[in-house]
Amino acid sequence: MTELLEVRDLSVQFDTDEGVVEAVDAVSFGVRAGEILGVVGESGSGKSVNALAILRLVRPPGRIVGGQVRFEGEDLLTLSEEEMRAVRGARISMVFQSPRTALNPVLTVGRQIARLFELHRGASRRDARRRTLEMLTRVGIAEPERRARQYAHQLSGGMCQRVMIAMALATSPRLLLADEPTTGLDVSIAAQVLELLRDLGRRTGAAIVLITHDLGVVAEVCDRVTVMHAGQLVEVADVRTLFARPLHPYTQALVRAIPRIDQDVAMEPIPGAVPSLLMPPPGCRYADRCPRVLDVCRRERPALLVAAPEHEVACHAVEREGAVAIR
Amino acid sequence: MRWRRLTGNRLSLAALCGILLVVAAALLAPWVAPHDPDETDAEATLSSVSLRHPLGTDIYGRDQLSRLIHAARVDLLVALSATAIALTLGATLGALAGYRGGWVDQLLMRAVDAIMAFPAFILAMGITAALGNSTANLVAAIAITHVPIYTRLIRGEMLKARETEYAEAARTVGNRPRQIVLIHLLPNCVPPLIVQATLAMGFAVLTVAALSFIGLGIQPPQSEWGQMTAEGAGYVVSGEWWLVLFPGLAIMATVLAFNLLGDTLRDVLDPRMRGVR
Repeated sequence: MTELLEVRDLSVQFDTDEGVVEAVDAVSFGVRAGEILGVVGESGSGKSVNALAILRLVRPPGRIVGGQVRFEGEDLLTLSEEEMRAVRGARISMVFQSPRTALNPVLTVGRQIARLFELHRGASRRDARRRTLEMLTRVGIAEPERRARQYAHQLSGGMCQRVMIAMALATSPRLLLADEPTTGLDVSIAAQVLELLRDLGRRTGAAIVLITHDLGVVAEVCDRVTVMHAGQLVEVADVRTLFARPLHPYTQALVRAIPRIDQDVAMEPIPGAVPSLLMPPPGCRYADRCPRVLDVCRRERPALLVAAPEHEVACHAVEREGAVAIR
Repeated sequence: MRWRRLTGNRLSLAALCGILLVVAAALLAPWVAPHDPDETDAEATLSSVSLRHPLGTDIYGRDQLSRLIHAARVDLLVALSATAIALTLGATLGALAGYRGGWVDQLLMRAVDAIMAFPAFILAMGITAALGNSTANLVAAIAITHVPIYTRLIRGEMLKARETEYAEAARTVGNRPRQIVLIHLLPNCVPPLIVQATLAMGFAVLTVAALSFIGLGIQPPQSEWGQMTAEGAGYVVSGEWWLVLFPGLAIMATVLAFNLLGDTLRDVLDPRMRGVR
């Protein structure tokens, strides 16, 4: 299958007073047209920075230090700022974690959606307004005329997220980066928002990168999943395989940490915390938390290897057991 | 609802009425003034408060009420133009410094610090003395001394605004930096700007009057409150009290009204101050 987005060895660092923080360390993954790719990991694992790096919007003191981001055949990291602006919001768009603060408090929500049409489609004010109302209807907002004239603080959280999605899909992008789109919404509203995202993604053919720390969400909507730990990518698999046969010790721990109500097993928390990314040692960053740690883990960074079709893992222990073929 | 908050408080209502009164007097001066402000009357020099001259006359027999009303025009016009210029310039520089950061910020803010290092009044005095005291130069002098207030205010607001998620969101949809600042961020800085401009208006009126008081501002025969106060001060010992009292009261009431209105606006527009008395 053709890859819509191909990220290769993407690295992002933050220069701080204490030293260099390697927030994203040589991450590689692909997104296929029309699919929903989950990116999971604990807080601070570099998921959000990863998404911002794709749009080249990592703000100082952070900077992209290397890698490639190929999107529809061109490397975004080599484009001019001007060309990049034509990509942002038009071909790749983003949905934020907290819709209420991601909407401008002093502009009406209608105006904010209409900006997209003016910015990327050269639409007149009137035309942009008409298309805005269409968009609001598509994301299931009743009384679009009235809602378009309101401000973010006058709308509910779920409604704000629908507005954000309307903004993100206004210009029919090929790729949608959704950064924890359901955090802060109550469960039933979150389910509606996910359903809406999946439905609109399917209808417009847009691929979605869904960043989340909620494996329940992943199981429900994603086609494939990448697992990140401390800025490194540890495993990529289709969603069934990931839950049925996780290979990386971290993924296994994550899956075991899901509380179950159908079986009488205790939930197992993962020991330790995400290690400091401040000048991290070479090797696997999960080494200090890993039950199957080997000597080589602390010296050498494991490569991402193919374990099975649609299943890649970066782990020395798994490699040594011979479960993976060299790519 | 906000309007109610503005007029609900007796003090702020009085301030608002006071400002409206002065503005109305300034706008309608030729029609509401009982006499021509420059018309002399040899029969009625230095006459005290009377029905014919409600606030008395000066040494040339000119009607003081008419002169005060016409002076309101000059004082408000100079203060308003200076405030408008300073606000535009200051907000632009502040937005640039705050959003761009780096050396642009350093350069602009050090320049602003340099202006702030001078006492504002001495600086205004220096500018009018150096450039000559035309009305335009007076406006320029006051505007320059006020620019730092707005620059610092907007820079601070910009530093906050550019880190917000809606700024981030504006970047992700492909806005240019200029569009982000003008369309998305500056509107969020308007409330503190209005408050500051109102307070600064009072201060600007005071500066016009003060410069004219020492002879560097508006020149006779054009009447101006500060200059009238200065002239009137000479008559205190000889008993013509109305010549210094009324111009002084005009200055005081106007400045006070702007300050009170500014304080109330702060309470109304600044959400953090809501409910705080």
